[in-house]
Formats: sequence, structure tokens, C-alpha cells
Amino acid sequence: MRAKDAVGRYGEDLAAAHVAERGWTVLDRNWRVAAGELDLVALDGDELVVVEVKTRRSTAFGHPAEAVTPRKLARVRRLAAQWLASHDTRPASVRIDVIAVLLPRQGAAQVEHLVGVV
Amino acid sequence: MALGRTLAVALVGLRGHVVEVEAHLAPSLPAFTLVGLPDAALAESRDRVRAAVSSSGLAWPQRRITVNLSPATLPKSGSTFDLAIAVAMLAGAEAVVPARADGVVHLGELGLDGRLRPVRGVLPAVAAAVAAGHPRVVVPRGNLAEAQLVPGVQAVGADSLAEVAARYGADVDVPDVVPVAADHAAPTSRPDLDLADVVGQSDARRSLEVAAAGGHHLLMVGPPGTGKTMLAARLPGLLPDLSEADAVEVTAVHSVAGTFDPGEGLLRRPPFEDPHHTATPASVVGGGSGVPRPGAASRAHRGVLFLDEAPEFTTAVLQTLRQPLEHGELVLHRAAGTARYPARFQLVLAANPCPCGKAVGKGLGCTCRSEQRRRYFGKLSGPLLDRVDLQVELGPARPGGEPGEPSAVVAARVAACRAAQAARLAATPWRTNAEVPGGWLRAHLGADRSLTAELDRAVDRGTLSLRGVDRVLRVAWTLADLAGRQAPARADVGQALLLRTRGHGA
Repeated sequence: MRAKDAVGRYGEDLAAAHVAERGWTVLDRNWRVAAGELDLVALDGDELVVVEVKTRRSTAFGHPAEAVTPRKLARVRRLAAQWLASHDTRPASVRIDVIAVLLPRQGAAQVEHLVGVV
Repeated sequence: MALGRTLAVALVGLRGHVVEVEAHLAPSLPAFTLVGLPDAALAESRDRVRAAVSSSGLAWPQRRITVNLSPATLPKSGSTFDLAIAVAMLAGAEAVVPARADGVVHLGELGLDGRLRPVRGVLPAVAAAVAAGHPRVVVPRGNLAEAQLVPGVQAVGADSLAEVAARYGADVDVPDVVPVAADHAAPTSRPDLDLADVVGQSDARRSLEVAAAGGHHLLMVGPPGTGKTMLAARLPGLLPDLSEADAVEVTAVHSVAGTFDPGEGLLRRPPFEDPHHTATPASVVGGGSGVPRPGAASRAHRGVLFLDEAPEFTTAVLQTLRQPLEHGELVLHRAAGTARYPARFQLVLAANPCPCGKAVGKGLGCTCRSEQRRRYFGKLSGPLLDRVDLQVELGPARPGGEPGEPSAVVAARVAACRAAQAARLAATPWRTNAEVPGGWLRAHLGADRSLTAELDRAVDRGTLSLRGVDRVLRVAWTLADLAGRQAPARADVGQALLLRTRGHGA
């Protein structure tokens, strides 16, 4: 496993712990199809939340949230529809969140949760 | 609540509208949108503000930033809003104390390095802000002198965004930067021209004095080298200083046009504009993309607009001057909005009698065909010439002869004559004879019908239009004022008629 993949994996673990702490039910992690991958699918009450997790080790090339481009969000949206079609979950509504994780060289990781970004 | 507020001013023509700049910071994907009808230069403000904030050592908030310029229906243009957008955004992010930035008007363009750059039109913008009850204003240091010309203003000058942010409590180092100097085109300082320099031409000299005294438009026709241009250039020297209200208005126009040096305070002398005859209509009456900018006619407001070789100007330019001649104002309609600029100038036209310039006296030296001559003068259309009160012919000047009066002596007579007019017109909105409408002139003429008998005959013969009658009466009043009479006498009307018809009578 390459270093950047390890960083991403660690960030996703942090994000999963973050949403579990808030009482969400994690339904799926790293759900992968030909069109791409969903990092985290969870239920916040009766609302289905599709979470895109972005992790960076510094802000030298911008904040992690800045790296979530409109193109990437469009793909997450398409994949969310695919996920719903292939699972037997009936949520009241669907939402897309972004969790930006910053892993500085020293100190604790900073988790920033952006709700309802689309 | 992540909401920052501050104020700016949008200029449409000379009218300033106070604009509320609001910045909303939402916890979502980082983005920066600007709404409220910005034009291209203003939409680029986002990139300048972002770079300037980073360069100033302030943190850029990772939020979805929406900046609104309210009222959102008013079209806004230019780079003046940069500072207000940056301050509103910093207030929304609570990088500065929001309450301190609220209610302060911010004007100025930001450089990518965070320095503040001077902008045009600060005087009318600050005047509008103060009139709307917002006396606290922050401007670039290069515009501070101009902003302080407005009575009742509490203006502060700043060199950089960091300096402004530190003033509102931001934790930031204020760099010691070299202030950006104002790039105002220094007004071409004209040497004081004296009327004593003009050799001979006593008739034209007299016409110039009458024109200065009554604010009348003037046409001078004569062969080359007789002193038409010299005389016209000496007209501003005969005019009195501008009144306080006029000085503010004239300075505001020049501030928007970018032809004003704030170091010398308000413009108090009548301006003089002499566009070249290749001038386009847009350069003379004003134009440009979006909301149009003032042209030479507006820059000559309360001063002199001199068209040398008037028949060489394009017909379009000459015709566009008819509206300001009649209303003293230019209304420029564009898709983005309507701009009004004052343009109450005194028009001075100079022309040769024919293309070769030798058709004087019997015209034996003239080599032009009659049709050429007709076409040359035909350029100065009837409707335009009808609005010119004084039309004189200049003969060839002879060297020697007694030197004429210096400007100071003539200016003193003009000032006395203007005072007499001001006293008579005290209860009216007009100040000079040239502005007074015909009805008022006739009503105050007195009972002597014989005064106008000669004019009535000229109208009957078709040599004078009804508007022409009013214009002759205006000049007659000025002649009476110059002579110290209470009302025009018959001789004044006769002389006014001669002055209007190039000495041909009617």
C-alpha cells in the first residue's frame, strides 16, 4: 500500500469514527463499482447520507475541502443513485456531506464536517 | 452568525448610490460568489480580494462565501468595491470586529500584494455617502485629499488592506509599504494668457467681453492668422471664479473623468476644453462601455468649450452639441443605465470664411468654388448657429496700433456686469443673461414697444427666427448691464442684432 493510500484509509477511519460518534448508522464503506467508489454511506435518522472523505497532510496545496471539485461531487451524486438502486434501503431523503480531514505532522487530526454540500 | 456588513458607493454618472456590501459565510465547500449585478471589472474583484487577503497575512476562510451588493438591481461597475468586499468578508469571518466595520464606507481597488490603489470619482462618491448620512469613509491614501474636500466627512486614508484590518482589530502585522500614488493625468497647466497680447481686433475683443459678461456662445469667422484662437484661449481669463456649488460640481466631473489633481483642492477656475477637430462624438459628449464616462463637453462644464476650425468637425459631433446647448446637461442612455452629466458650457466656435481662408472683403484672393464655400459653412447647421448669440467676423489684423486692454481690466468690467445680472436674477434659478428664458426677458423689457420693432421686422423678413429674437434680447440685456443701464435701450438691441448677424444686420 502506497503512502497516499494509507493516508486516505486513515482519514476514512477517522471519518467513520466521527459519524459513529454522532449516532449515525454506517451502512457501507468503500462501496466500489465500475463508475467509482463511495467512501462512506450512513443513515442519519431516516436520512441517507453519502459522505465524501478527503484527507490531506498539509494545506500547502490547499485545504482538503477545496479538493472536492464540482466534477467529483457530480460523480458522488451519480454513484448515490446507483447505491440506492442496488440496495433495499428506503430513506426519507438523501444528502451528500463532505468530511475534510487534515493530518498535521504534529498534533491531533482536524476533522471538518460540511453538511449538505450539493 | 457568519454575516459581515459594510458600505460602498456605486456611481451612475455623477450620482452616487450607497451600496450595502454583505458577505455570508456558509459551512459548505469552499467557494466565492459575487452577486448584485457586477460588471466584468467588478467580477474580477473576487480574484483580487482573494490574493490581497492572502498576501496581507490574513487567513482565507474555508467557507462558501457569498457577497451581495445591495440594492441588487442597480448595475455596478469598476474596481472601487474591492476594499468593501474584502472588509465585509473579513467581518463575516470575524477576522475583524464586525461592529467596527459596520456603517463605514470603504472605497478603493486592491492590488494582489494587498496594497490599496487610488480610484476615480472619489469626490462624488464621498459626497453621496455623506449626504446619505454615512460620514465615516476609508479611502486609499492617494485619494485622501480629494475625499477631505467634502464638508462634514470623517475620512481616513490607508495604504494597505492589512492597515484597514488592523484598524478594525485584526491580529495582523501592518507592512510598511510604499503607497500607490494617484495616477491622475496632471491637468495641463496653461500659462496665464493676457488679452493684451492680441494685436488690434477691437470689435472681436468687444464681442469676447460681451460673451464673458453674459455667458453667451460665440462664433468667430475670419481668415487664418487673425487671432481667433488667441482670443478664444483668453476667454477663461475673463470669466469670474466658480461659485462654491459650481466648483464642487465641476470638480466631481473631473474626478470621474480622471483629470483632476486633488493636491490643489477644488477646481475654482472655469475649465477650458479645446478638442481637436478629429474628435469623435463619444469623446466630446461622453461614452464608453457600461455606464458612460464624461467627455470634453462635460469637462467644460461652467467653462469654455472651444471648437477651432469648427466646420472641420464631423457633422455628428456638431449635432450632438445641440442637446447640451439647450438643456445644460448630457443624458447618455446605454443598456447598462442612464448617466447624466452636467454640460453647461460656453461654446466658442472659430471658422475660416471658406476652405482656402481668403474669402474676406471682396474675396478676390479666394480660390474656392462657390459650391465648396457653401458646403464648408453648411456644416455649421442652422439649428446649431441659431443657438449662438454672438457671431462676429474678424478682418485681417495689422501689426502695430495701440495695444489692447489687459485681461485684468476687462475681467473687472465682466465681474461688475455679472454682479448686476446676479442682483436682477436673484429671485430666479438663473445667473447669467444667456440662461434666462425668452418669456422672462420680454416681460421685464418695459413698455417701450419700439425696442422690438426692428426685431419684428427681421422676423417678418425671415432673417431672424423667434428663438433668434430671444437670443438678441439676451445679448441686449448684457450690453445694457455692461453700460450700467437698468434695461436695454434701442441702441443695445440694434447692436445685439449686429453682433448676432456677423455685422450684416437683419
